[in-house]
Amino acid sequence: MNDNAVTELGLYVAVLALASPLLGFYCARVFSGLRTAGSRLLEPLERLAYRLCGIDPAREMRWTEYTGALLAFNALGLLVVLVLQLFQMYLPLNPQHLPNVPWHLAFNTAVSFMTNTNWQSYAGESTLSYLTQMVGLGVQNFASAATGIAVLVALTRGLRCTMTATIGNFWVDLTRATVYVLLPLALVLAVVLVGQGVVQSLAPARTATTLAGQTQMLPLGPAASQVAIKQLGSNGGGYFGANSAHPFENPTPLTNFLEALSILLIPSALVFTFGMLVKARRHALIVWVAMSGLFLVGLGVALWAESSANPALQGLGFWEGKETRIGLANSVLWSTATTAASSGSVNAMHASLSPLAALVALVNMVMGEVVFGGVGAGMYGMVMFVIITVFIAGLMVGRTPEYLGKKIEAFEVRMALIAVLAPTVLILICTAWALSVPGGRAAILNPGPHGLMEVLYAFTSAANNNGSAFAGLATNTAYYNVLLAACMLVGRFAVIIPVLAVAGSLARKKSIPPSPGTFPTDRPLFGVLLVSVILIVSALSFFPVLCLGSVVEYLLMQGGRVF
Amino acid sequence: MLKTLLIAVRALVVMTMATGVLYPLAVTMTGRLLFRETACGSIVLRGTNVVGSLLLAQQFVDDKYFWPRPSACDYGTMPASGSNLGPTSKALRKLVDKRRRNFLARQPQGLTNAVPEELLCASGSGVDPHLSPSAAAAQIERVAAARGFNERQHAQLHTLVDQLVEAPQCGMLGCPRVNVLRLNVALDQLR
Repeated sequence: MNDNAVTELGLYVAVLALASPLLGFYCARVFSGLRTAGSRLLEPLERLAYRLCGIDPAREMRWTEYTGALLAFNALGLLVVLVLQLFQMYLPLNPQHLPNVPWHLAFNTAVSFMTNTNWQSYAGESTLSYLTQMVGLGVQNFASAATGIAVLVALTRGLRCTMTATIGNFWVDLTRATVYVLLPLALVLAVVLVGQGVVQSLAPARTATTLAGQTQMLPLGPAASQVAIKQLGSNGGGYFGANSAHPFENPTPLTNFLEALSILLIPSALVFTFGMLVKARRHALIVWVAMSGLFLVGLGVALWAESSANPALQGLGFWEGKETRIGLANSVLWSTATTAASSGSVNAMHASLSPLAALVALVNMVMGEVVFGGVGAGMYGMVMFVIITVFIAGLMVGRTPEYLGKKIEAFEVRMALIAVLAPTVLILICTAWALSVPGGRAAILNPGPHGLMEVLYAFTSAANNNGSAFAGLATNTAYYNVLLAACMLVGRFAVIIPVLAVAGSLARKKSIPPSPGTFPTDRPLFGVLLVSVILIVSALSFFPVLCLGSVVEYLLMQGGRVF
Repeated sequence: MLKTLLIAVRALVVMTMATGVLYPLAVTMTGRLLFRETACGSIVLRGTNVVGSLLLAQQFVDDKYFWPRPSACDYGTMPASGSNLGPTSKALRKLVDKRRRNFLARQPQGLTNAVPEELLCASGSGVDPHLSPSAAAAQIERVAAARGFNERQHAQLHTLVDQLVEAPQCGMLGCPRVNVLRLNVALDQLR
């Protein structure tokens, strides 16, 4: 670890803890339709967007209509990214004359960016034209993040409104998330990144003759604009294949700090936004503390693991796959943050992490991306766990469970279970399938327990819409591209649709005042129960396979075994 | 249904214009106005020739130059990548041994101090442009011997490496580091 690691990590946590409530407050005003600091500038843009799209912002939608609009918008987005890739050769802004993308890779990438996963079976600089990156992937970076925020906002309406059939207007939520939150933040971050050395140019790659007389290509492209939103929107899809390990994407310690902060900033802020919108600030604070606790414990374990030596490599430190300017501590902070939030961007190669740091990354993901989680997605995923928690608490005291004044009945619990269990079931089945067919095993780079982790990590990352990878696994085959795309789709919409259904169902209910039998959700005890439920669900489901992978690898590494 | 689809089409067009065209162009324009050099790849020129980018490592195998971190992609940039070898990889163990042997074999007679860890492990991007000050210092004797430096030049080289150490940014972010290309360019100018 570097000397100032403690200062740096402390600064990170402090800035995050201070900025989250502020941004959360701002977002709450935005989604309540109140005036905010930037209103004078941004409101005309918002109104212009409504006019251009023919949206009536006062029109309320039932949950089915809301879902329909969301699915239509996302399906069209998918289609556009697909078409851009399949025909990029014939389209402008392709200075490297890159060929059209094969169908299965194009499908995987389109699904990946639409679902906010941003899994990458390709390297950007040698696969995608500037146009595909900007107009295809860049737009989905915004659209998928805004979609996540919209779903969360709709859910808060379900909890707050009483005896109404509607949960808001998808187009309004989408527009406000983009205009008031994502665009301004991305714009500021992108300009700072350019100043530090992230490239932003539409000129073709330059050719250099190195000091040693070799030829080296210097790739260019609109990277900074993309990097800013991929960090803020919990997207994580790198402009370059090496993602934020690439010096053109993350050139200095300052960019590393800002990019790492951006991973958790909005997801963390939205917890406070949730609390303000449903008028339960203490409850939101308890949830935030629970998330922070899970995050910090994971970070501690990963830091400890990475600062030890590797007996299998004669006591060498874990420098493989890490960058000098970033250092070990910041690489571990990032690997923990990026898997806690569903970002999936990386500044070090996860495949080369020490086994226990990799275990932390995996556990963060198998918990369902609710430790801050994706933009919007983390908090609405967490509410599904909250519903299960109050249900279990209700069973224990033998009363109908309630949450924020709403009765939680069979329908809500069923929906919450679908949202929580769908990714889990998918990961385990797909991993088993891939390991049992030759085509699945042939993709593995590292033999031994690490190979098992490569496959498990891929499906976990896809089904939880994370997008980071044990990138040794050669997934650019029709088999993996299609199967992983299917996981991403189910992992995204098997959560969003139940969440919106719960929102619709709760909105129809009347509010009941708390009684002595109500289990309070704004006390520390609730936080403890919530964390227990999350750990039990993920631990019970994944304990065996995590033991066979990371834990076995760790033990064998201690004995100096290599494969 | 049809109405929703129609709005969806229009919304996607508007979103594409705003976030896929205007936003990146605004960043490009601002970058060009304010940060022309960094926006275009932090290019290093010698005369009018482009010799590389400050941010991308290039291959140096000659004893007369400082070597950057090992690269899993041979310092190729289209694409650049890490090795993705795991902590229990036999292939990685072999590579590390090979790098250690090579480094020690090229050191001047009698120098057998430990090889800095970063010089045994490939970087994440494959084009990590920096070294820690100690990993740069470990190469000074080799470079000086290969260039036949006299005592004065030798002292100059030590000073040069010290001068080029970049302190943690803002006093507290990141580790001290040395840019290898900047060092090698300055090295060629040493008299």
